[in-house]
Amino acid sequence: MRILIKIIIFLILIPSKSFGLIEVDITRGNLDPLPIAVSPLSIDENSRQNFEKILKKENIGDEISKIIEVNLKTSGLFNPLNKDAFLQAPDIANLKPRFEDWNLIKAQALITGKVSFIDEKLRVEFRLWDVLAGKEMVALAFTTVPTNWRRVGHIITDKVYQRLTGEKGYFDTRIIYVAEEGPKTKRIKKLAIMDQDGANNKFLTLGNELVLTPRFNPTSQMVTYLSYFRNLPRVYLLDIETGTQEVVGDFPGMTFAPRFSPDGKKIIMSFAKDGNSEIYTMDLENRIVEKITNHPSIDTSPSFSPDGKFICFNSDRSGYQQIYVMKSDGSKVKRISFGKGLYGTPVWSPRGDLIAFTKLHKGKFYIGVMRTDGSGERLLTENFYQEAPSWSPNGRVLIFYRETKTDDKGEGFSAKLWSIDLTGYNERMVKTPTDASDPSWSSLLSN
Amino acid sequence: MKKLRIRNIDQGVIMKLNKILRNTLLIVFACFALSACATSKKTSGQMQGDVYTGTDSVEYLASGVPDRVFFATNESVLTTASRETLRKQAAYLRKNSKITIVLEGHADERGTREYNLALGERRANAAKDYLMTYGISSDRISVLSYGKERPVDSGSNPLAWSKNRRSVTVKAN
Repeated sequence: MRILIKIIIFLILIPSKSFGLIEVDITRGNLDPLPIAVSPLSIDENSRQNFEKILKKENIGDEISKIIEVNLKTSGLFNPLNKDAFLQAPDIANLKPRFEDWNLIKAQALITGKVSFIDEKLRVEFRLWDVLAGKEMVALAFTTVPTNWRRVGHIITDKVYQRLTGEKGYFDTRIIYVAEEGPKTKRIKKLAIMDQDGANNKFLTLGNELVLTPRFNPTSQMVTYLSYFRNLPRVYLLDIETGTQEVVGDFPGMTFAPRFSPDGKKIIMSFAKDGNSEIYTMDLENRIVEKITNHPSIDTSPSFSPDGKFICFNSDRSGYQQIYVMKSDGSKVKRISFGKGLYGTPVWSPRGDLIAFTKLHKGKFYIGVMRTDGSGERLLTENFYQEAPSWSPNGRVLIFYRETKTDDKGEGFSAKLWSIDLTGYNERMVKTPTDASDPSWSSLLSN
Repeated sequence: MKKLRIRNIDQGVIMKLNKILRNTLLIVFACFALSACATSKKTSGQMQGDVYTGTDSVEYLASGVPDRVFFATNESVLTTASRETLRKQAAYLRKNSKITIVLEGHADERGTREYNLALGERRANAAKDYLMTYGISSDRISVLSYGKERPVDSGSNPLAWSKNRRSVTVKAN
């Protein structure tokens, strides 16, 4: 009945779909990406020279359009067309595209724009056009410091993605992860951060102590992670803007598996003592610590629901690793994973409807998703070893890490970041300068 | 992060499109053919069940006192051999009452990182409890879990994994 009403409303709102502009459906695997033309952003000679001096880039308009192109292609939803086929010059296209020309090369959407140097600032305007309908869909302008040029490319992609899919993008974001080097038995690990597309990679620690599982605060530029500083594994809080660090709480033993609450005000984590790991929260304002679970088994990998009312976590109280959900005060604990195999690393989707997890079954590792009641389990990818999915802020993409099997001599080990769409399509390796693990996706930097 | 200034330069077409019904059936995924890779229950020369019984990586706290005990997959139960090793360690520690120790708990690579940290802690505590029942004061013992972070054998095979599931007694002073 509910569905019927939905359909009726749908029909009333959209009398005929042919009146609508183009759109991209991201709820299913997209095997037919939308052909889109990204015209190089036009630039006047004076601005070009100024930016070349400041940014050491010959043509910043071209560079920004390349970022947009790569982003769109990586999403798997768009097929950016080869620029050699473009008939119209960038400056004229931005004023009023000749839609016949763009139609001819099968572009369904077109991005045009203009870059200028005004008062030492970078000003970028861009327009998104529906080629078939011959209409402008978005027109925006940004002004920022020139060094922010990559972010402008990401923000434009976010606006295009949002206009065409109806959902927020995830391009103006960063990934924090653990950079790895050295032999498997003596791995050196450092915290590292990079833009979502791999640019601006930066190491945040020197590798003197083991560091693991960094996670972003969804509301700020804070990170929580596990460090073996002085051989005491403890949860730390790091401000990536200032570099200041502090231990979270005063626990007489190992704290690990930290994550922020959705409002960014609490850290939830495990504390292990006498062979028993329990889940705790600490309020970052008043430092009050609360014990959430109370069971003689291992309780770890906690993750809040986006409304903060529930927590999913990993426990072996049934004898083996399974996924459980409880209220945020620790009451009403309920097991939700019942498939064959072991389940770990549950992470609640920012959309609230799904929990992503790692599953181990018959010697293979899977990344999968299930509804928050455990129904509708879907496995997205299978491999020798992979774990620790982290959601893109729009809940459409998962990033995780994968390790290779070593050969008979114990050589050939590597760890890399990978991403996959919620649909199970568009699996890609995310390039990093070194080996990498434990990725965590930030929220959108601009909104 | 510098703030970016964003404004509309044009109203454009603001006709909000209805998203296609969200809950349309998602693509059904091909069932993965699961290659059987079950842990073998055979007793090989260096494993009993899947507990390591060899001496490859073992070091000695003193003559005849091995420094480590091994565990079955996902287990923290001490085997008969492990208890014997720990009784030897306890006897050694009773004789050398100034020595303090760290019990380093480890897991193999076939588990999620966070669960393995907890499992390593549980294994080291199993060893600690046993040492305590043989008269070693808890003041002399600290526990440190490395999870799967510090394997001794970098192999990706059942024998290598069995060597890595361990609790190692390390002199702290």
